[in-house]
Amino acid sequence: MNVAPTLRAGRAIPGVFVALAATLVIGWLVVMIDGGQLLNQPTTVSLLHVAAGLGLVGIGQTLVILGGSLDLSVAYVVSLSTLVAAETMNGSDAALVPAIGLVLAVSAGVGLCNGLLVTKLRINAFIATLGVGLLLKGYLDNGYDGPAGTTAPSLVQTLGYQRVGPVPLSFLLLVVVTGAAWFLLSRTRFGHHLIAVGGDPQVARLSGVRNDRVLVAAHVLCSLCAGLAGIYLASRLGAGAPRVGSEGLYDLESIAAVVLGGTALAGGRGGVIGTVGGVLLLASIDAIFNQIEVDAFFKQVIRGAIIIAAVAVYARRAMRREAG
Amino acid sequence: MSTQIGARRPLPTRLPRLRPGGLLPIVAILAVLLVLVALRQPDFLAPPSLMSFLGRSAPIILLAAGQYFVIVSGEFDLSIGSLVTAQVVVAARLIDSDPSRTWPVVLLLLAFGAVVGLVNGLITTRLRVPSFITTLGMFLILVGAVYLWSDGAPKGGLSEDFRRFGRRAFEDVPVLGRVPYALLVLLVLATLAVVLMRADFGRTLIAVGDNPRTAELSGVRVWRTRTIAFILSGLAAAVAAILLGGYSGVSFQAGAGLEFGAITAVVLGGVVLGGGRGSVVGAMLGALTLELLFALMNFYGVSGALRSTVQGAIILLAVAVSATRQSSRQGER
Repeated sequence: MNVAPTLRAGRAIPGVFVALAATLVIGWLVVMIDGGQLLNQPTTVSLLHVAAGLGLVGIGQTLVILGGSLDLSVAYVVSLSTLVAAETMNGSDAALVPAIGLVLAVSAGVGLCNGLLVTKLRINAFIATLGVGLLLKGYLDNGYDGPAGTTAPSLVQTLGYQRVGPVPLSFLLLVVVTGAAWFLLSRTRFGHHLIAVGGDPQVARLSGVRNDRVLVAAHVLCSLCAGLAGIYLASRLGAGAPRVGSEGLYDLESIAAVVLGGTALAGGRGGVIGTVGGVLLLASIDAIFNQIEVDAFFKQVIRGAIIIAAVAVYARRAMRREAG
Repeated sequence: MSTQIGARRPLPTRLPRLRPGGLLPIVAILAVLLVLVALRQPDFLAPPSLMSFLGRSAPIILLAAGQYFVIVSGEFDLSIGSLVTAQVVVAARLIDSDPSRTWPVVLLLLAFGAVVGLVNGLITTRLRVPSFITTLGMFLILVGAVYLWSDGAPKGGLSEDFRRFGRRAFEDVPVLGRVPYALLVLLVLATLAVVLMRADFGRTLIAVGDNPRTAELSGVRVWRTRTIAFILSGLAAAVAAILLGGYSGVSFQAGAGLEFGAITAVVLGGVVLGGGRGSVVGAMLGALTLELLFALMNFYGVSGALRSTVQGAIILLAVAVSATRQSSRQGER
């Protein structure tokens, strides 16, 4: 039962990394012709910072999508988390641990809510998480006009800006979370169950998997990841930002990253390593465009086209595999 | 080809049975909301204000109808909000306050909507990109392109002729008072949508959404049917943009969030995401209900910012109720 999905996931992974390598090579050439250097220290650092935020959300998103669900509320969970973090810390290092605990509790609560709506009330995940997202959006819009609270200085210094060589601490956090998620998916019973549920809920149920529990857990983990991304963004911004999640398009971009990474939107196939590749790809495109100073709006056009094109390439490969 | 199929196969003819159960929940919610409105603001139900409310709701109702075609065929269209924005900005720049350009631009907008729908449809069906990703990509492309084209600020202006569609009304109509043009546009297009869904195309569309494989095997060209659904959605967005632009003017926010609004409306109207179930009337009533809900919130003085919270709660409630009903019905079988 577990072998097939893992194998297929293994085959899907290289695609995005080939695309990433090609993008970096082409980008490097273009930037060089333009008279710059793509992977100099500042660019790499900012690329990894972008990847860290989107990556944390993307890892969580991968888990729910693998289970055949979806989470459109992550952007608002991210915004809410920055506020909970910054307002609880209120600029004091002493409140750091309780604040992080509170963020994780709040985001786990949202995830639990999403999971129960999807499993117990059988609401389509798209609508359930959209609804929860709207609830949170209303709360944020109603209560906040702008930044609020202050992040603890020690958090800003460590997670926000500290780095090992060119690698920011936040990216290392992403690596750790990715590792944990990879372990969860490929080495634990929960992971195998999750992929089984995403692959075919009926078969999973008949083979004794408690589908609902597995999906609820995936939703909780997804929201926790979004909460972590919120803590990270609060540490970068130094304050809570009520619209950072939705303006960053974390909901849609995280889904795009997951799909770029070779995870099937219908569930049951894929993995977190691919998602990290997808995130790095999106972040690299961003970095290249920044380097050659492409118009921000043009950047968005190209981004849209690249996402569609990349997924089309995947779809072709999948079709050929089916035929062969 | 699909004509034959509609006539020969028993499957598609059996599917769109409009059981009263399909429309009953949304009609009930609508009735409750009307009672609440009547209690708070009886004037609202008098013909003149009711007519202008219906006129104002016309764009979102049309968008819901367009989204319905796509959803019932088993796909999503997340690009309509950005398409509306793009249309409004393009219209303003091309018309540039010159009345003589009104009609050519209206035709151009319709063509633009159809082309965006065609591209969405072909990418989804021929390149097999999930429509979620296709239309999300299209969303990014349209928003980016429209900002790029106008350097970050809308330019030009709409002509009075253009704005007429969204703003003006037939005055002094007996009994009703004022009948907005938008309402007439809505009535005509809604009728067309109902007729279309009762025709062979509608049956084919539902069959495709219900089970694409079966439809394919029974000779339906699934890709063509779905592509047409996307084109209809693009056209609906074009008409909605013309009405919205006329009513509320030019801004980059003209269409923001409308895609989720339309999807909400469709689902509220009893249409099942994933395709194959629900009626276009339900979808349009869903949109009307949503608009009425927002009006009601205004009357009760709910802050604009809390609108989305209430919207979220209502969606969850409505869908949860219909989902539990559905699963209990499945249990009986």
